[in-house]
Amino acid sequence: MERPLTKNIRAGEEPLWLRDYEAAGGYQSVRKALGSMAPTEVQQVVKDSNLRGRGGAGFPTGVKWSVVPTGEDAPRQRYLVANADEMEPGTFKDRWLLEGDPHQLVEGMIVAAYAIQAETAYIFIRGEYVLASERLSRAIGEAREAGFLGRNILGSGFNLELLLHRSVGRYMCGEESALLNSLEGKRATPRARPPFPQVSGLWGMPTIVNNAETLCNVPHIITNGAEWYKGLSLSTDGGTKIYGVSGHVKRPGAWELPMGITVRELLEEHAGGMAEGYQFRGVQPGGASTDFLTSDHLDVKMDYGSVQAAGSRLGTGTMIVLDDRTCPVGMMHNLEQFFAQESCGWCTPCREGLPWVRDMLSALEEGHGEPGDLDILAEQCRRLGPGHTFCALAPGAVEPLQSALKYYWEDFERHIREKRCPWR
Amino acid sequence: MLTDEERREIEAELAHYGGRKQAVGIEAMRVVQRHRGWVSDEALRDVGELLEMTPAELDSTATFYNLIYRKPVGRHVILVCNSVSCWIMGYEGIRVELSRRLGIELGETTPDGRFTLLPVVCLGCCDHAPAMMIGDDLHQDLTPERLDEILASYP
Repeated sequence: MERPLTKNIRAGEEPLWLRDYEAAGGYQSVRKALGSMAPTEVQQVVKDSNLRGRGGAGFPTGVKWSVVPTGEDAPRQRYLVANADEMEPGTFKDRWLLEGDPHQLVEGMIVAAYAIQAETAYIFIRGEYVLASERLSRAIGEAREAGFLGRNILGSGFNLELLLHRSVGRYMCGEESALLNSLEGKRATPRARPPFPQVSGLWGMPTIVNNAETLCNVPHIITNGAEWYKGLSLSTDGGTKIYGVSGHVKRPGAWELPMGITVRELLEEHAGGMAEGYQFRGVQPGGASTDFLTSDHLDVKMDYGSVQAAGSRLGTGTMIVLDDRTCPVGMMHNLEQFFAQESCGWCTPCREGLPWVRDMLSALEEGHGEPGDLDILAEQCRRLGPGHTFCALAPGAVEPLQSALKYYWEDFERHIREKRCPWR
Repeated sequence: MLTDEERREIEAELAHYGGRKQAVGIEAMRVVQRHRGWVSDEALRDVGELLEMTPAELDSTATFYNLIYRKPVGRHVILVCNSVSCWIMGYEGIRVELSRRLGIELGETTPDGRFTLLPVVCLGCCDHAPAMMIGDDLHQDLTPERLDEILASYP
């Protein structure tokens, strides 16, 4: 099966640098797009490919790009930003691509910038990704020297400056509008929308922010076409996906697989099933801010629509497995401690509600839970749900909580009845 | 007072952000931190003067971000991941062992100024949990037994 995203990546070895990257087919999409396609054509192919955002929201990429204003009165200055601020707990897919094939992201960004006619692009990478930053710096330098970046690229008249911006650590920087505030040198608090970044983004100019994995798909879509890309998938969403599994499984890891393989296949075939002595109790299919799925859902396809129909979200596609020797209440406490700490503090429900939820879970773990606590937690899931907060951090924080209460209610109850954590 | 080198590095960043001084504020603090290990009140004021920003503006961003240190740190900063996958795979045991060996709790620096121990959120290597960083180095697949050897390599 074809693995376009990871075909160049060899474990434990250096990535392909420019000469080898080109020999392996690299930068063909730049020659094709800038040489023989109009920007709107590039957008149409990406639309037709059914590429959906790989950062967690799954918004159709071509549609996102098409909102950037065009025409005589549109602002001339536009920006493309690659969101490489991977900090969703349980998520480790972008690191693999950034360290393993830095030229792939550079190539994808040149084509994407051309499609939206942006002449300045940033890679917003988390500060902790030191190796990836070094490799991307080198790839950018090589691309610039070879004339794939700079002025009048390949004689096309298109100019692009690509800059690496290293973040200094805060989960909220992964939220698209907060990311733009951070790039502007401010606290990473979110912005009111509308206006959306496509219309008013970085310094008020039209801006597209795409996840790094999303942009890595663009070269292959342009080089091989939308039909080819759709053909890689097992569902209506196009392409392949970097999936991952962490937790007490035999082989934690990341794999590039057709979009739409099942939970079971990912868990059992690729991750080898549960480690010796551990039983499966559930999984968050797409990182920390996704609802649990249980053994009833093993045959659910890991694509955006199917996981949503099962009551969760595909999110980042990297699964976190809950085993029978790990306390679900303890796991929820760890998750809510993360979300409470990383809340930017901008809006009241999130800033006040998440620490309260965390403290209640802590009390439950310590054996100080009261009857009625679970009703309060369920109520907070509603109050912090979509539409009540300024951004999606709090709704994401209560996704695992609402499903943990649904599927592991008895475990929560035991903590209250027995005045202790039964797992300790 | 900023050194000439610090000043040069900060001014070089301006070109990357269309000359916008506020955009360089965070990067400027990172430059100072790279040279001095942390960002003092005095350094904050000096950066502010260079970039025409108030100390309050800069401090509001410095204290927002996890990797800018507004207190002195040791020669080597240990960032131990305490997010969910590392927690499932044994973060607690690693943290306890680190504290025991170094004689400090999270947030503290060893008396000899060698290590500062801090928690960090998901490092993005969850298939090799538990994990930590020391300076720029990533250490994965941690066991309590391996910690001695790892720590010993940091003078």
